[in-house]
Amino acid sequence: MTTRIVELRRGILKKNDELAAGLRANYAKAGVLVLNLVSSPGTGKTAFLEQTLKGLKAKGARVAALVGDLETDNDARRLASSGVPVRQINTHGTCHLDAEMIGKHLDEWAGVALDQLDFLFIENVGNLVCPSSYDLGEAIRVVLLSVTEGEDKPLKYPTMFNSADAAVITKTDLAGPCDFNRGLALKNINEIRPGIRIFETSAKTGVGIDEWLGYLETERANRDH
Amino acid sequence: MITSVVETVTESLAPYPGAKVLEVRLKVGALASVIPESLEFCYGIVAEGTPLEGSRLVVNVLPVVVHCAHCDQDAELEGIQSFRCPQCGEPCNDVRQGRELEIDSIEIDEAKERA
Repeated sequence: MTTRIVELRRGILKKNDELAAGLRANYAKAGVLVLNLVSSPGTGKTAFLEQTLKGLKAKGARVAALVGDLETDNDARRLASSGVPVRQINTHGTCHLDAEMIGKHLDEWAGVALDQLDFLFIENVGNLVCPSSYDLGEAIRVVLLSVTEGEDKPLKYPTMFNSADAAVITKTDLAGPCDFNRGLALKNINEIRPGIRIFETSAKTGVGIDEWLGYLETERANRDH
Repeated sequence: MITSVVETVTESLAPYPGAKVLEVRLKVGALASVIPESLEFCYGIVAEGTPLEGSRLVVNVLPVVVHCAHCDQDAELEGIQSFRCPQCGEPCNDVRQGRELEIDSIEIDEAKERA
């Protein structure tokens, strides 16, 4: 037996990383700010996104959204009421979106061109594990946590929280009934991702949405060169 | 993910016709969202019928290393529950190691090439 060690040093997700780099370059060229929304199932990504799309549209921004789920186009139909273009991506079993899916859907999306957009939102599949490894070329990764999930979620899923650029606490209207410990939640998020920008919101009452929209506008203006 | 490992390794065997893979070594950062046991389980299934069948998968987990601006040096974290410098306790956001997800090397048996 003649054995040999072959050094490979190849990224396992190299193909995704390369496609994501291509997407990132396209987004920058088109001047569109792209955000990737990640959370557990049931955190309220869709309700939060609905308010975001409506709010930005009311301010005159050009917005679109891609929404990922294993099955059904329920989210896309629900978000269509916001009046902006929304396209559903069904992964049929895959627990995350990847750069190839995003590229394919952007190519096939009739009537939506990146250079005609100010913001593109990508609502990932509800999952706090695998989506953290798949770069979609986004400028900002937003992790969402609802007050009903427990303050220790960031400690339980540190890989996701550590990879995020902004954090959104959702359903703050339910904080009282859930005995939500706000201070502890903020401390835990900061322990995993020190200094991250945190928004406390309720899609139901609208609390915190204006501050969030202001952040989006500032981020877009800062990157628009 | 494992499918990508098997494909990449199979492609890398082109210069070694007939070679059999004995071991595949992965380097996985503690922040890579990967569970070594799950990888090993899937590996056996995906490797079936490929030159990797019967080989060992070795997952080397790398700890997180952060750069502390306060101490101006890199420091290894004991876990991923707190991103603070172990020396001075200051919060650290500058991750220098821990997100790796790569195939480091493979060990192959070339004997069959000559047979």
